[in-house]
Parts: sequence; structure tokens; C-alpha cells
Amino acid sequence: MTAVGWFQIGVLLLAVCVAARPLGRYIARVLQGKRTLLTRIVAPVETRLYAIAGVDAKHEQSWLDYTAAMLAFSAAGFIILYALMRFQAILPINPQGFPAVAPDLSFNTAVSFVTNTNWQAYGGETTMSHLVQMAGFTVQNFLSAATGIALAAAVTRAFARNAVGTLGNFWIDLTRITLYVLLPLSIIVAIGFLISGVPQTLLGSTDATTVEGAKQTISLGPVASQEAIKQLGTNGGGFFNANAAHPFENPNAWSNMLSIWSMLLISTALTFTFGEMVGDSRQGYALLAAMGILLLAGVGAVYAAETAGNPILAHAGVDVAGGNMEGKEIRFGQALTAFYVAATTGLSCGAVNAMHDSLTPLGGLVPLFLIHLGEILPGGVGSGLYGMIVMAILAVFIAGLMVGRSPEYLGKKIEAREMKLAVLALIILPLFILGCSAIAAVLPSALAGLNNAGPHGLSEILYAYTSAAGNNGSAFAGLNANTTWYNTTLGVTMLVGRFAFIVPVMAIAGSIAAKRKLPPSSGTFPTHGGLFVGLLVGVILILGGLQYFPSLALGPIVEHFLMTAGKTF
Amino acid sequence: MSKASLAMLDMGIIQQATVDAIGKLSPRKLVRNPVIFVTAAVAALITIFFFRDLLAGRGNLLFTGQIAAWLWFTVLFANFAEAVAEGRGKAQADALRRTRSDTMAKVYLHPDDLKSDLWRPKPASELRVGDLVLVEAGDTIPSDGEVVAGIASVNESAVTGESAPVIRESGGDRSAVTGGTEVLSDWIKVRVTAAPGSSFLDRMIALVEGAERKKTPNEIALSILLSGLTLIFLITVTTLWGIAAYSGTVLSVTVLVALLVTLIPTTIGGLLSAIGIAGMDRLIRFNVVATSGRAVEAAGDVDTLLLDKTGTITYGNRLASAFVPAPGYSERDVAEAALLASLSDETPEGRSIVALGRGEYGLPEIDKGSAASAIPFSAQTRISGIDIDGRQIRKGAVDAVFRFTGTSAEDAPAAFRDAVDRIARSGGTPLAVADGDALLGVIHLKDVVKPDIKARFAELRSMGIKTVMVTGDNPVTAASVASEAGVDDFIAEATPQDKLAYIKSEQSKGRLIAMCGDGTNDAPALAQADVGVAMQTGTQAAREAGNMVDLDSNPTKLIEITEIGKQLLMTRGSLTTFSIANDVAKYFAIIPALFVATYPELGALNIMHLATPESAILSAIIFNALIIIALVPIALKGVSYRPASAAQLLRRNLLIYGLGGLIAPFVGIKMVDLAVSALHLA
Repeated sequence: MTAVGWFQIGVLLLAVCVAARPLGRYIARVLQGKRTLLTRIVAPVETRLYAIAGVDAKHEQSWLDYTAAMLAFSAAGFIILYALMRFQAILPINPQGFPAVAPDLSFNTAVSFVTNTNWQAYGGETTMSHLVQMAGFTVQNFLSAATGIALAAAVTRAFARNAVGTLGNFWIDLTRITLYVLLPLSIIVAIGFLISGVPQTLLGSTDATTVEGAKQTISLGPVASQEAIKQLGTNGGGFFNANAAHPFENPNAWSNMLSIWSMLLISTALTFTFGEMVGDSRQGYALLAAMGILLLAGVGAVYAAETAGNPILAHAGVDVAGGNMEGKEIRFGQALTAFYVAATTGLSCGAVNAMHDSLTPLGGLVPLFLIHLGEILPGGVGSGLYGMIVMAILAVFIAGLMVGRSPEYLGKKIEAREMKLAVLALIILPLFILGCSAIAAVLPSALAGLNNAGPHGLSEILYAYTSAAGNNGSAFAGLNANTTWYNTTLGVTMLVGRFAFIVPVMAIAGSIAAKRKLPPSSGTFPTHGGLFVGLLVGVILILGGLQYFPSLALGPIVEHFLMTAGKTF
Repeated sequence: MSKASLAMLDMGIIQQATVDAIGKLSPRKLVRNPVIFVTAAVAALITIFFFRDLLAGRGNLLFTGQIAAWLWFTVLFANFAEAVAEGRGKAQADALRRTRSDTMAKVYLHPDDLKSDLWRPKPASELRVGDLVLVEAGDTIPSDGEVVAGIASVNESAVTGESAPVIRESGGDRSAVTGGTEVLSDWIKVRVTAAPGSSFLDRMIALVEGAERKKTPNEIALSILLSGLTLIFLITVTTLWGIAAYSGTVLSVTVLVALLVTLIPTTIGGLLSAIGIAGMDRLIRFNVVATSGRAVEAAGDVDTLLLDKTGTITYGNRLASAFVPAPGYSERDVAEAALLASLSDETPEGRSIVALGRGEYGLPEIDKGSAASAIPFSAQTRISGIDIDGRQIRKGAVDAVFRFTGTSAEDAPAAFRDAVDRIARSGGTPLAVADGDALLGVIHLKDVVKPDIKARFAELRSMGIKTVMVTGDNPVTAASVASEAGVDDFIAEATPQDKLAYIKSEQSKGRLIAMCGDGTNDAPALAQADVGVAMQTGTQAAREAGNMVDLDSNPTKLIEITEIGKQLLMTRGSLTTFSIANDVAKYFAIIPALFVATYPELGALNIMHLATPESAILSAIIFNALIIIALVPIALKGVSYRPASAAQLLRRNLLIYGLGGLIAPFVGIKMVDLAVSALHLA
């Protein structure tokens, strides 16, 4: 670790916070239907869209209607995307002439993009036509992100409102977020990527002659535009198989910093939106502080583990002065690679600029663990915020009684119904992560896809299901996941990871919104300030950590001790 | 063990609880508590494995047997905690039951005709609501009811523990009688208001016994969370089998069960119902009976206390606080005359004048002698006094004294009139003192605010509780007392409707309100309040409307009731936090023990340096069981409590139970491990 490295991390983090604060307030205004800078330009389009779709802009939905609209919308998105891939061969804009995508892979991929996971069991440039990439993936990159933000807005309103039955209107939230937030931001960030050298073309590929005289086909495409929303919407699905390690997705240090900045931007901004909408900005700061502490700890752990390097290599006489550089791009350096690794997994983004499979055991433990903690650091756009709110509810419930009052969060009592639903949401992740991993760990057909034996192989399996359940989408990559078993089980895991979590959370929001908001007093459990932040961090670590500690002990932790003892598999 | 907890856990209760703990092993009772039910289920499983291995003569019998035994102990300790808490209530219920002998009631044949004297005896257990019964001196009142005729003194010690008899008469606010109490003199006719088995005494017995105990809302929510955690850890442990199999470790069911039981929140799961019962019990010891646990919980959540001024904030009566002389006289002159005039005045006001004169001015004892003749107070003259040594000394209402001296208000000295006005404006009562036709001065009577009450209210404020004084006084007087007592708000010239309206308006702002009352006209407000404490001396209607009854009829208790509610919630929260924080250490004990055979390198996680894998697992299980017993005193007594703001309370409890919960098991498990390996148990 170097001071310069930490300086880079610090400056980038500061740049995120500086931009997130005004953006968060702007998003709050957009969600509250207030006038903004863009109203004059966007409002006519917006009203026109409502008129076409027959949406009444004044109508509000109950939690059930809101959730049903969201599910119907996601189902439609899934069907369209699935059809696009299955009929790829006969649809236009397919310059490379790719054949139809297999059913299990189409299912897996469609689920993956609709759930904002962007798990990629395929190589983008060798499997998907430009039409699928643009009309399929890029569209879902916008819509699944907007869906996440809309859900977070609904959950936020539940705490902001006093004894009402409605949470807003899904169609309006979705439209406004897309038009006022995601599109304008994407244009700005895409231009940023273009300037830093990312290609944007409809050409399929270009042929080059190498120095040795061999002919090489270099894949191209509309990369910059997809890259922008991929990062902003914490989607993470790369245009190229190598994702953000590919020189066309992420050519240099500047694009790398823009990449990290843009993936952290909206999720961070939403904590400010939350504070703004519930009428107490300190509440948003507290959530952000808890996220920030854990994320920074993750960055530090990766950074330390990777710069410490692998003692086996050192014994073998390899120069390890730069730390463990396997699977990393020299142009990014250790510090911003570590930041990227932690951010993309703390965020449920899943874009990668280094091969996580090649991280040291402890360096690989961090991304795995950050996803285990529930993708809330600061999590996917929207999903991170509502996931964090569930953790805050749990923290308040467990420790809130200690001040001698029945627990409440932001003036809303947390009672049996909320607990029942929170437990339901909480069980989904371990059930699928550990359940599927345990089966895959003993199923011969699943084990056949492993490239590594020993604890590292277990980490690969664990990572795949963790990434799917957390809707992250990054991979440990040592696993050949394009098999019927993995495509199917990972697809189902992504589905439940998103929807089986959000339905109970929306039910909580419905019941919270209907409650009377109690005025705060000095007897109220304080949910801002250092004490609560510490408590929240503790609850996240204990609840998240305790569930996965045994499997982590058998994966990356033991691998670390084996590595220091000089054993390999 | 401290003296207090020894007294709390007397040997009789412990013996009974030990027996009850075994009785509670029946699955039907266990299933009420999911965490302990799971523990019992896996304990049964391991016991079966133990006997299987015993018959087959294989396996580590000593280890499996010990694990099975400690799992059963875990269940028994949890049962024991609940039984101890119930045992204390049962002892009280038995005492109550002894007082309720099945009496014969004298039931009138024509219940609607108060003048009819025809009655026949009937067992009290056959009385119906609406029956009219005659209760005479020496009779036990057969059931709860309303006095419709007559007046009697009643010994209510069976219910209240207070031996001084109380008067019960028809009409007014003293008409309610309680079954099981005894008429000492005279007779009353009572209209029965409670069906057999649902009288006040019956309900009270059921309550203290815990027979009617339902889980309270917060307790239900907490049970759900604990069940959820149990389920999550069940997933963790079950899937570990497959994940371990990949790594080449075959985990036995015994060690997986050991891991499961140490991870699931057995500590709080085992103590949860004991905490609830003990909270109710603390109230009962305080002579307050809550009709539901829900009310006790609500008491902890209360935001606003509606307190009656008289008896709670001030002493019940107005007391002399100063003597103000008229021109030409000294304070001492006024004091002396006032004292003489009050010698025969046995009212609290009169006694306070004598006390003030003796205390402040050091006036000597005066022998009235025979030469003096006392003039008692009468409602007509509104003055009292004494004729002594040829002096005619009088004190009383100012206008009445003017009449006595034959002066008019205009004739009185300006300084005298000013003093009278000033006292009246400040909310006090001026009494004039005259010697013959000379006006000596004014006695300042005022509501004396209880000395420690202001500090009490400040404490409540720091806890975020607002205090509201309710009084029949005019707004001026009320404002003066309110500012002296330091309440946050007051309702002057309050009618029962005003109280009800105030409660409703506070509730509409989301606040929880507690109040106490005794009259029938308080009943709607008592029913509306979130915590309504009815006085035992109050009417039947009031007692039905509230959700608590104060047997001592002391309105100040509202404050203590709130504190008991808070303490109950704090105890629950603290032990939950402690229980969950414990898991970290248990992982560090068990995980290396499970896998050290496959991966010796994982021994690095054995940071407690536990002797062997078996002793590590066994120590964690033993610690897990013993911690329940160790925490029983806290569960029963409640965590130590002093009023403070939520932030302070959180900091303190988080430090003790959160951080303590993280560290304590590291120390505890290590100590158990030392003992286990010293005894060669594993």
C-alpha cells in the first residue's frame, strides 16, 4: 500500500460524494414531482408518454398495485429479451451473423438483465448481435435500474408519509427516473467515455494485421453508450467478455476513474435523496456513513492483501514488488483495482476491471463477503437503499428496546408484521446461496465445471451463487457456468434474489406507510449519529457474517492459511 | 449471589421451579417457544444417536452423551427460568386464593325492588350479573358489585393489603365493592356486576398466576425475529454438511447439532417469557395489577403523562406558607395570633398554621388552659378562633373576618388589601387574622408542591416524556402551580370531557398517553388513554375502563409504572443484543474444531487455544447452557435502570450488553474449556 494509492482512493471517493449530494436532492425533487432544471425540456415528452400509455399522473398506488405493476413490467421485459435472443438469427442488425442463443442461456441471460444482475455466462462479442446488445441489454440496463430506484422511492415514501395507503405510482416513477435521471446522466458519462477513448460504432469488427503479419479480427460496437449506463445503473454487463478489463471498455486510468465514479454515483446519491424525502438529512448521512465505513474497510482489505502478494511466488523467485499482479491491468494500478473490486461488489454492479479469480485468497474473500452482506454498500441503484433500510429496521428492532421503548424507525413502529416480512426477505439470500452451493459442491455434474480443486474451487461455486443471489453479476470466472445446471439454478437464484426479496420489502413499506408517524423526542431511539452508525455496522457484520462464516472458512480463509503454509492444489 | 437476588429466589420457589421445569418438557408446552423447541428436538435426536451408538458399541460415547446431556440442560434451564418467574406469581396467587372462601350470599328474591326484604341464601358461585345481595357486618362480599343502598365500612386488605377500613356507600365515587372483601360494620345492598369466575379477585389470581398470559405485541415480534434467526442458522448448518463434504470432511450430526444450538439465540429465547412474567410481577409487587401485558409494554412507550394535581403534584391540602403583617404589626404578632386561633382547628390547614408558627417563628407551646374557649369553624361564619385572656382572636376567609371586625374592605389598610390581592393572584388563599376589631395581617395558604417532584419531572423530560397537570383550579392558579412544579403543560378548570379531548388530540399527533382516575366520569378518558390506571378506591366503571388498577390508590405511581414498562423493554432488548453478540465467540470455538482434522491450518482460528476439538465444542455447548442460568437474575430483576435520554441509555446498554456480549463468551468458553480438560471430560 502506498500513500499515493490511498490518495487516489480518497480523491475519487470525495468526487463521488461531492457530486452525489446535489444529485440526491435533484432526484428527490424529481420523485416528488417538483420542478427541476430539465422540466421544461422533458415534461412535454413525459406527458405525451402518459397520454399514450393511458397513465393518470395523479393516481397513486397501494403497495400491492405498485408491486404488481413492477412485476408485470419486469415479466414483459423478460419475455421481450428472451425472444430477442432466441430469434437473433432472423432479426436485423446482426453484422457478425450470430446464430440463435440456446434456451437455457437465453433464460439465464434474460433473467440476469431484468434483475439488474448482468451475470454473463456468454462472451458478449462472440454471442450477441448488436440488436440484442442495444435493444435488449442496453434498454434493460436503463429499465432494471429505473425499477430499482422506483422501488427505493416507494420504500422511502413509506417512512416519509403519515398514515396513508399509497406509495406513489410505479409507471410515473419509472418514467421520471429514466427521463430525468438516467438518460441525461448517461449522455454525460458516455461522452466522458468517448473522450477517454472508448469506441462507439455500429461496425461489427475490424480486421488488423499484427506485427507478425497474422490477421486478427477486433470486435467493435456501440461500447461507450452501453458502458455509461452499465456503470451508472450498477448493471455491470460488459460489451466484451473481459468486461472493464478490456482496453475498449476501459482504456486508461481516466476511464477507470470515471468507471468507478459513475458506478458509485447514483447509489450514493440515493442516501441523500432518502434524507431529503424523510425530512431529516442526518438520517441519510447515517446510512451513507455505515455504507462508507464497510466499503472502505473492504477496499483496504483488498488493497492490503493484493499488495502483500503471494509468498509462494516470492519463494519461487518471482519479483513480487508490485504485489499480486496476476489478472490485473497495469494501467489501473493496485489502489484503483482494489477500489474497483470492492466497489463493484459492495454495489451489486458486477463490472470487473481485474479477474477476481486471480485475487489472493483474502483479496477474493472481500468481494465475496461484501456481496454476502446484502449488496448494500452502497448497493445496487435503489436495491442498495431498500436493502439498507431493512438492515436499519433490524438494527433498530434488536437494539431499540434497550432505550426502553418499543422499536421505531423514523417515527414508525416496527411490529410483528414488519418483522415477519423482514425475516422472510432475509432468509432468501442464505437459502439460495448456501443451498445451491451445498448441492453444487457434491453434485458431480456441477463439479465438472470447476477449473480448480481444493478450497479455491469451493470459492468459485460459492461466488457464482452469491453473485447471482445478490444480483451482482461479477464472476470468479474459474467456473464454466454455461451449462444447463448453472444456467438454470443461477437464473432461478437471480430471480428470487431480486423479486422474492422485494415483495416482502414492499409489503413492509405498505404497512409502514399506513402507520402514524410519531414525533421524535429525547426518548426516541436516535437513528443518526455515530452510535447508530456503529450499531448498524455491527448488525450488518454479525447478521451477514455469521451466516456465511463456516463456508468462508472452508473457502478463502483456509486457502489463505494454506497459501501462507505454501500448499497448493 | 447478592442478598437481593437471594431474597428474590427463595428456596421454596426454586424447588417448585425445578419440578416445574421438568413438567414443561412436554412438546405441547415447548412448541410455544420455537427456539427452545428446536433445541429440545435436536436434543432428542442426539439422545437417540447416543443409545444407538451405545448398543452398537461404537462412536465417542462420552462425547455424544455429554452433548446430549447439556442440550437437555439448555432446555431445562430455559424452562426453569420461566418456572421461577411464574413461581413468584403463584405464591401470590395462593395467598389471594386463601382469602376467597366460597361464601353464601344473601340474595333478594326481587332484585328490582330495593324495598323488599325477602332474601334467601345462595352460594356465591351461583350469582348472576344483576342479582341484588345483602351484605351485613361480618359478611364477606360475595362478588364484585355496586352499592345501591346503605353505607358500610369495608376491610379490603384481602385485595389491597391495606388494613385500614374504607367507607363504601351508594351513589358517588365510593360505590364499588370487590368480592372477597369483608364488611366490618353496618350493611349495604350490592348489585352484582361480575359473572362467576370473572370477578376482580378471580382475574387478579389468573393474572398473577400467568394463566391468562398472552404474548405481548413486542414479544410476538421478537419471537418472530428469533425464529427467523433460528431458521437462518438451520440453513447455515444444514448446508455446511454439503460444503464440508466437498472439502473432504464428513461432519457428524452431533457436531452439526452442537454448532446449531450454540448459534441459535437460545439465551434470549430461553429467557424471553421469564422477562415478560417478571415485568408483570414487578408491577404486582408494586401493588398495581395490569389487566394485560400489552398495557405494561405500552407504559414503556408512553409519551405524555396526565397527572392530577392534587395528591400527585401537590399535597392534597393547602398549607400555610407565610404570615403577612398589616401596618403596625410584626410577622411574629400575626404568627402568634394565627397559632392561637388555630389551636383547636384540626383541619390540615389549621395544623399547617400551627406547624409553621412553631417551626418558623419558634413560638412556644401554649397551654390553652380553662380560661380559653375555642370557637370552632362553621360553614356559616367561615371563621374559627379562640377567646383567651379577654382577647377575641379570629382567623378565616377575608370577607368573613371583615364582618367580624365590622370593617369594610375599603376601610382596611392599603398594605393589607395589597397582600390579599397578591396572594389571590398567585393562586394562593389568603386568610385574615383579627384580634378583636384590629386586623393583624394575612396568612398565605397555598398548594405546596411536593419537594422532589420537580426533579422527577426533569428526569421524565430527559426521557422524552411530557407531563401534563390536570386541575380544577382556575387558569391563574393552575399556571402558578404548573410553573413551580415544572410540568410541561396543564389543563385548568378541567372537566372529564376536557381530559378526554386532550387525550384524543395528543393521540392524533401519534403520542401515547397515560393517566389515572377514579370517578365514573373518568371512565371514558381511562378507556381512551393508552395506559389507564384506575384507583382501587374508585368506582366499578373506572376500574373496568382502565387497563391497570392501583391497589394503593396512589396517583403518583403513574411515574413508576412508566419506569417499570421501560425497564421491561430494556431488559428484553439488552439480553437480545447480548445473545446475538455471543455468536461471534462460539464460531471461533467451533469452526476450527470441526475442520482442523482436514485442514490443520485452520487451527489458526482457534484464538482461544481450546485444548482439543471435542473440548472446544463441549465448552461452547456448556457455556451456552450456563449463560441462561447466569442471566436469570437479570431477567427477573430487570436491567439496572435510571432515567436518561435515549442516546445515553443506548450508549450505556450497548457498551454493557453489546460489547460485553462480544467479549464475555471468549472468557467464559475458555474457562469452561480449562475445567473440561482438567476433568478429562473430553
